[in-house]
Amino acid sequence: MKKGTVDMTHGSGGRAMAQLIEELFVRHFDNDLLRQANDQAAFEVDAGRMVMSTDGHVISPLFFPGGDIGSLSVHGTINDVAMSGARPLYLSAGFILEEGFPLTDLERIVVSMAQASRAAGVPVVTGDTKVVEKGKGDGIFITTTGVGAIPAGLNISGDLARPGDAILLSGTIGDHGVAIMSSRENLEFETSIQSDSAALHTLVADMVTAVPQIHCLRDPTRGGLATTLNELARQSGVGMQLQESAIPVNPAVNDACELLGLDPLYMANEGKLVCICPQHHAQKLLQAMQAHPLGAQSAIIGEVIDDEQGFVQMQTSFGGGRIVDWLAGEQLPRIC
Amino acid sequence: MTAWRIRVNGTVQGVGFRPMVWRLARDCGIRGRVWNDAAGVVIDAWIREDGLDAFLQKLRRETPPLARIEDISCTQLASTGTAPDTFEIVESGQGQVQTNVAADAATCPDCLADILDPANRRYRYPFTNCTHCGPRLSIIRAIPYDRANTSMADFEMCPQCRAEYEDPSDRRFHAQPNACPDCGPRLWLEDRQGNELPPDSGRDAIATAARLIREGWIIAIKGIGGIHLACDATCDTAVSRLRKRKHRYAKALALMASDIAMIERYASMDAAEAELLRDMAAPIVVLRASGQQLAADVAPGQNSLGFMLPYTPLHHLLMQELDAPIVLTSGNRSEEPQAISNADARLRLKDIADAFLLHDRNIVNRLDDSVIRMADGQSRMLRRARGYAPEPIKLPRGFDIAEPILALGGELKNTFCLATSSGRAVLSQHIGNLEEPNTFADFRRMLALYQRLFGCSPRVIVIDRHPDYLSSQLGKRLAEENGLELVGVQHHHAHIASCMVEHGRELTSARVLGIVLDGLGYGENDELWGGEFLLADYFGSKRIARFQPVPLLGGNKATYEPWRNTLAHLLSLPDVQQLFERHADLPIIEYLNTRPLTVLQTMFDKRLNSPPASSAGRLFDAVAAALGICREAVHFEGQAAMELEAVAAPQMPCQERHAYPWSLEDNTLVWAPMWHALLVDLQKDISRAVIAARFHHCLANALAHTAAGLCREQRIHTVVLSGGVFQNRLLLERTSLLLREKQLEVLSPHQYPANDGGLSLGQAAIALAARHAGSRAALE
Repeated sequence: MKKGTVDMTHGSGGRAMAQLIEELFVRHFDNDLLRQANDQAAFEVDAGRMVMSTDGHVISPLFFPGGDIGSLSVHGTINDVAMSGARPLYLSAGFILEEGFPLTDLERIVVSMAQASRAAGVPVVTGDTKVVEKGKGDGIFITTTGVGAIPAGLNISGDLARPGDAILLSGTIGDHGVAIMSSRENLEFETSIQSDSAALHTLVADMVTAVPQIHCLRDPTRGGLATTLNELARQSGVGMQLQESAIPVNPAVNDACELLGLDPLYMANEGKLVCICPQHHAQKLLQAMQAHPLGAQSAIIGEVIDDEQGFVQMQTSFGGGRIVDWLAGEQLPRIC
Repeated sequence: MTAWRIRVNGTVQGVGFRPMVWRLARDCGIRGRVWNDAAGVVIDAWIREDGLDAFLQKLRRETPPLARIEDISCTQLASTGTAPDTFEIVESGQGQVQTNVAADAATCPDCLADILDPANRRYRYPFTNCTHCGPRLSIIRAIPYDRANTSMADFEMCPQCRAEYEDPSDRRFHAQPNACPDCGPRLWLEDRQGNELPPDSGRDAIATAARLIREGWIIAIKGIGGIHLACDATCDTAVSRLRKRKHRYAKALALMASDIAMIERYASMDAAEAELLRDMAAPIVVLRASGQQLAADVAPGQNSLGFMLPYTPLHHLLMQELDAPIVLTSGNRSEEPQAISNADARLRLKDIADAFLLHDRNIVNRLDDSVIRMADGQSRMLRRARGYAPEPIKLPRGFDIAEPILALGGELKNTFCLATSSGRAVLSQHIGNLEEPNTFADFRRMLALYQRLFGCSPRVIVIDRHPDYLSSQLGKRLAEENGLELVGVQHHHAHIASCMVEHGRELTSARVLGIVLDGLGYGENDELWGGEFLLADYFGSKRIARFQPVPLLGGNKATYEPWRNTLAHLLSLPDVQQLFERHADLPIIEYLNTRPLTVLQTMFDKRLNSPPASSAGRLFDAVAAALGICREAVHFEGQAAMELEAVAAPQMPCQERHAYPWSLEDNTLVWAPMWHALLVDLQKDISRAVIAARFHHCLANALAHTAAGLCREQRIHTVVLSGGVFQNRLLLERTSLLLREKQLEVLSPHQYPANDGGLSLGQAAIALAARHAGSRAALE
C-alpha cells in the first residue's frame, strides 16, 4: 500500500478503494463522524446563522516551503468560512487522483491535511475519492468544503465598507505567491521564502470578540491585496486610499519581487486577511490582531473614501499617487 | 451695389474677428452687418462693383492673431433689399452658437506696451490682456465663451473696462478676461505659512519676488495654466535644492529668459527656432546648449536646453527685474500634475517653495507648457498643451463624419480626441500619466469639458487594445453605461494614422509603410510591440517586418532598469557564454556578473514575467546601459535613450561609414552583428560618443534598407516614421535622409506628438474610417 502508485482500481469502488480509504484517509483524519463510515456526516447544530464555503485546490508544485496542497486545502476553506466571522465546524474533502500518482506523496499530503485540520480543531468528517486516467489530471486535485456557525450579532459582508472606515491588514503580503513561484521555477533566492499558509479562524475569533462592529473581512488570496481591495471597493461602491509605507512586506519577498519585476500587491497570500471597520474601532481592533500570533505584524494600511469610480489609490513611498487597478490577467507591461 | 453673403469658417469666434470685419467694412465703405452663427461668422455686405475681392483679401490679411480661417464662401444675396446706412455688429440671434474656444495666447505687443507705459492705467498690471492675447481655455468653465462662464465672473468690470468691452473700435471689445487694476484680479506674495509678505519698499510683489529669486529662493508662481516653481537658473544651490525638494532628479528643467538675446548667451538657435520662441503659443523650445553655462543640474546628461519667453504680463514684469534666466518648472512633486489652485499650492508645495506669488483669478483647466523641438527642418511637437489646445484640425477629404467620436488615447502622456460632426478633430491638451489619481480625475473633468465646449456627445468610443490601460477600461465602462459603440484600435496603427491625418492624407489615400518605434504597445496575438513595420492605411494595418523580440526581464521593471535589457539582448545571442568570458573585464559584463544571473537566466528561459517585446525603446536602453549610460536605473521613461542621443550627436557626421552591421532574417531585424561589433569596440576602449553614433547609424541604415525593400515589394512610395523613439533627432534626420535618397516620400509627426500624445488623433481617424469601410474592402 505505501509503495507504488495510484491506479484505476483505487477509484473502482472495490476492495482496493476500500483499502485506500481505510488505511489512508480514515486512519489519518480519524474522528468519530468519519469512523461511522457513512456516505455523509450528521451532526447537531446550534440555532443561528450557518455558513458554508467550498474551494478547489490545484497547485504546482504540490509541496512548497511552508506547506503543501494538503495543508493549503484545509487552511483555504477554513479561512473562507472564517471571513464571515464564523467559527468553522467541519470540513469535507474530495480527492481527484491521477493514475500513476505516487502513494507516498498521497500519504504525505493526507498526513499534512490531517495535521492542519487537527491543529485547527476542524475535523474532516466526510470525503470522496475519484481516480482519472493518466494524463487527465495533474497528480492530485483536492476540493474541500467547510461549514461554520456565525456568532450572534455579527454582520460582516463585502458590501458594507463605508467612507471613513479603516482598512487593516494582518501581516506581510506576497509570501505565498513568491514562495510558490520560486519553488515552481527553481529560483534560488538568497533567503528562502516560506508560504504564509495558515488557518485564520482563531485570529478572526479574537477580532470579532474585540470589535463585533467589523464591516468586511476577506483573505487576499489569488490576485493579492490589490485585487481583494478592488473587489471590496466595487461591492461597497466606495474608493480606497492606501499608504504604501504602511503595508508590511517581508524584505526577502520585496527583494524577490524587485528582481522578478512583480508587484507584491498582486501576489497571492494564504494566511492573511484584510479587515474594514469603523475608524473609531480601528485601534482596538489593531491591538487585538497584534496580540494574536498570526497578526503580530498587523497594520492600518489605509482608509475607505468616497469615490463613485471605485478606485483603490495609493500614496507611494515617494509621496506620489498611483491608481492600484484591477488587472485583466497576469501583470502585463504597459509603459510605453 | 451688390449684396453678398460671406461665410467665414474656422476659429473665428471670441478672437476679435467681428470687430476686425467691422473696421474693415467701415474703411472700405461697405454697409451691412456681421454676426456669429453655429458654424462661424456671417457677413451680409453691400459692396460697390469689384470691391468684393479687395475686401476678402483684406479679411485674410488682417485676420486677428488668434483667429484661424479655414474657408470663406460667398453667395450673392437674392433679394438685395435696400442697403442699410451703416455697418453693424449684430448679436447672434437664434439657435445655439457653437463658440470654438481659442488657445491661451502670449501677451501681444500692444498689451506689453500698455504695462510698460507709466502713463497707462494698466502700467505694471499683471493681468492685462485683449482680444488678441491672454487666457482662454485655462479659464473657461462652460460655453458660450462669455465672461460669466469663466473664472473672470468673480470680477465685475469697472466703467472704463466696460466701455472698452462694448466699443467695437477698441481692441478689448468683447475681450472676456478684460481687467484693470481697479476691477481685476490682484497679485500678492506670501510665505509658507500663508501670511502675505509686504513688498519691498517702493516696489511691488513681482519685483520683490524677483529679488528673492536673485537671492536663491524658490518661488511658486501662479501663471496661466498652472503654478510653476521658479529659481535662479545660474545658481547651483537653488537648482539642486529645487530638484531635491521636488523629487525630480533627472528630467531637464524648463527655463524662461527675458528675451532672445538672453537665451543666445546659453543656447544657439536658427531663425526657425527664434520664430517658434516668439510664437503666440510661447512654447518651450528645446535648443542646443552653447556658450555660457547655467547651473549644472538644469539639464543633466543633455546637450540641449528648453527655453521659453515670457508669455503673460506677470512673466514680463518678473523677467524685467532679472538679468539671468530662471528655471520655470511645473509646480508639483515629481509624477503629480501641476497644482492650479492657491489652496493646492499651499498644501502640496509648502515643502518645495520658499514663498508664493499668487493671485485670485482661478485657473479652471490645467495646461502644462507645450514643448517643441526642431528636427529634420520642421518643428516637432513633443508636448502639446498651452497655446495649442484646443485648436481643432480639419480632417482630410473623405472623412464625412456622421456621428461624433471620442478617442481616449493611451496611458502615459495621455491626450484624448473628439471628432465633431463638423469634420474637425479636437485633440485635448497633454493630460499626462493616468495612473496618477489626480491626473485621472483631470482626464475625466477634461472629457466632460471638451464635450460641453464643442457641443458634442459621442456615439462611438475608441480605445487602445491594451487591456490594462486605464483609458481603455474607462472607455469600456462609458460605452457600456451609455450604450455607445466601442472600437479598439491597435497602438502602432494609431500612430501611423495620426501622422497621416496631420499631413492631410485623404480617407482613401494609398497605403503607406509605417515604421513605428516606441517603448511598448499592445500588438496583435497578445504580443508586445515597439519596433514595427506596418503596411497601413486608415482602414487597416498588417505587420510585414519587425525588430527581433527580446524578453523584457521583469516586465515593467525593464523600462526602469536599462541593464535588464542589455542582459536580455546578450542572452538572446547564441554565443552568450563565450561573450561573457571574452569580455569579462568590460564594465558592463562585470556589472551584469554582480546581478543574480541564475535567477535572471531562469526568468529569461521560462519567460517568467519576462514577455518578449520587439521594442525599439528597450534596444536603446540596452545599448545605453552597455555604455554605462543610466546603467542601473532611469528616473523617467526614455531617459537612457535621450542621453544616448546626446552622447552620439558630436560624432554622427564622422561615423557615417562606420555603422555597426545588422541582419534581416525572415523580415526580422536581428541585432546580433551589432552587439558583437559593439562589444569589440568597448574592448578597444573606443569612446562612448563613437559607439553611440555607430549605433544610431546602424539603426538608421537598418530601417532605411528594410523599408526600401518592403516598399519595392509592396509598390509603396510613402514611409511614415512615428512613435516616441522618433523624437530622437539624430535617428529621425538620418533615417529620413536615407529614405529620401531612395526616392521615398517621408512623413513624420510635426504638429502632434510622435509619442503617445498623438495616439488619440489616429484612433479617431481609424474609427471614422471603419464607418466608411462598407464602400471599401478591408486591407488584404
